[in-house]
Amino acid sequence: MKKRGINTVLLHAALLVGAAVTLMPLVWMVAASFMAPGEANSLPPRLLPAHPTLQNFVLLFTRLDIMRNFVNSAIVTVLATVLSVLVNSLAGYAFAKLPFRGRETLFKTLAGALVVPAQVGMLPLFLLLRELGLVNSYAGVLVPYLASIFGIFLIRQYALSVPDELLDAARLEGAGEFAVFRLVALPVIKPILVTMAAFTFLSAWNDFMWPLIILSDSGMYTLPVALANLVGEHVQDTELMMAGSLLTILPALVVFLIFQRTYVQGIMSGGVKG
Amino acid sequence: MSSILDRNKARAAWWFLAPAMILLGLFFVLPVAAGILLSLTDFDIYAVANPGAARFVGLGNFRHLLGDATFWKAVANTLQFVLIGGPLSLATSLGAALLLNAKLVRMRSLFRTIYFAPVVTTLVSVAIVWRYLYHPRYGLFNFILGLVGIGPVDWLGDPHWAMPSIILLAVWKNFGYNMLIFVAGLQVIPQELYEAAAIDGAGYWRRFRHITLPGLAPTFLFVSVTTMIGFFQLFAEPYVMTQGGPLGATRSMVLFMYEEGFRWWRMGMASAVAVVLLLITLVGTLVQLRWVRRDT
Repeated sequence: MKKRGINTVLLHAALLVGAAVTLMPLVWMVAASFMAPGEANSLPPRLLPAHPTLQNFVLLFTRLDIMRNFVNSAIVTVLATVLSVLVNSLAGYAFAKLPFRGRETLFKTLAGALVVPAQVGMLPLFLLLRELGLVNSYAGVLVPYLASIFGIFLIRQYALSVPDELLDAARLEGAGEFAVFRLVALPVIKPILVTMAAFTFLSAWNDFMWPLIILSDSGMYTLPVALANLVGEHVQDTELMMAGSLLTILPALVVFLIFQRTYVQGIMSGGVKG
Repeated sequence: MSSILDRNKARAAWWFLAPAMILLGLFFVLPVAAGILLSLTDFDIYAVANPGAARFVGLGNFRHLLGDATFWKAVANTLQFVLIGGPLSLATSLGAALLLNAKLVRMRSLFRTIYFAPVVTTLVSVAIVWRYLYHPRYGLFNFILGLVGIGPVDWLGDPHWAMPSIILLAVWKNFGYNMLIFVAGLQVIPQELYEAAAIDGAGYWRRFRHITLPGLAPTFLFVSVTTMIGFFQLFAEPYVMTQGGPLGATRSMVLFMYEEGFRWWRMGMASAVAVVLLLITLVGTLVQLRWVRRDT
């Protein structure tokens, strides 16, 4: 009994140390974002601002006009989320519930394609979008996020559990295939669509390399690209950069906390069955 | 009757699949195929203005890369990141998963949320945060090390320390993802196995070695392949923190590709780098699959 008590204490001590180490960079970021200029570069380092100030955020929104970038990120992310849920749920449902010749082959081909690094296609994709006049546009940023093999797999896996009898019953009543999908299957697979939406939101919001390539005008930059650009000129302004970093992270963190349960379940089911 | 129904389903399937397949075809398959072709040309800044100016050069770009010390350095850096950072990240994930999965844990979901938080943060933001944490004079890391009499370390300024610094950031950022997958894998292992082993008097270590690890084997394959593929694509961390320096110590293959392609507009050469990355990723995946198949 006593040994069990010691184990409990040791276990929680380890968990707490782990949590402290994990949170430390984020806590410091939040603290530094409210510090006066220069305060983050004091010795010994401060973990709390002496006189909390909003001036870094004010500077971001006034002189640096970061609202534009925030809006760019929001537009791209919301469009990517809505469109990708639409496109991938249709495809995932078809793979799960609509038999057709070549389904297995197509499915395996897609699985194999997961190994291909997206970077292989980035240079030609840039040239293609340039021909289409989509460089430096929202559509240009959006294009690679729309169809996702991972998303199709995620939805297919879940849609397999939709009972065929349910679908057939609707068909016997004369419903077309799209009505069957919309009225019968969609309500059943709704949880996984929420997961998929959260996944897409976070990856589109946080993505860096593709927006960096396709956006050329700082007024069109998404937040991560604007931030990476800003650190070039303002590397000395630690507090300002921390405010910008916090502003970029915050929406992602909030979305995660809201959809945490379904998001976490999505990852856990994907790993074990995948 | 049923054959008509089946035909209807098959026809509907293509309509349902069409948007995704057209998008994937146009914006993924086609560019990847074009990328492989592009790697066989001398597509450069003149061809960017006038694509007709590009010429077929066979394997010339690859031959050039073989003799390019910067390229080899980028390959070595990337392999260092994958081969050290990948296993370190998996070990951290497994350790955290074992802690979280212990029967005695209270407030499990709070700890899980905290450990997972870095995964959902924006990579560019946290790379900037860590850049300041690594500051040789004012950074928190050197301050803490100084308390126990170590350092100061010039984390990002010393060519020997720069890549390990980026690896530490990547482990911190990513371990929560695989941790969740390990937790899911741990929960699938039948509890009776542990109970039987405990009755036989097996200690923690033996239970871990003979029940937990074999039980996690399929999970291990999944996480190690996906982690490897992800780690091979290292880009934002060095772009934001070191610009590939010092002395090219953190220039990854993707950063090298980006510089060749979008800074110098040598798109043929950049595509060749991407193709090499594809081949290395393929070989790495096949090796791991083969490894597992021989073991089981």
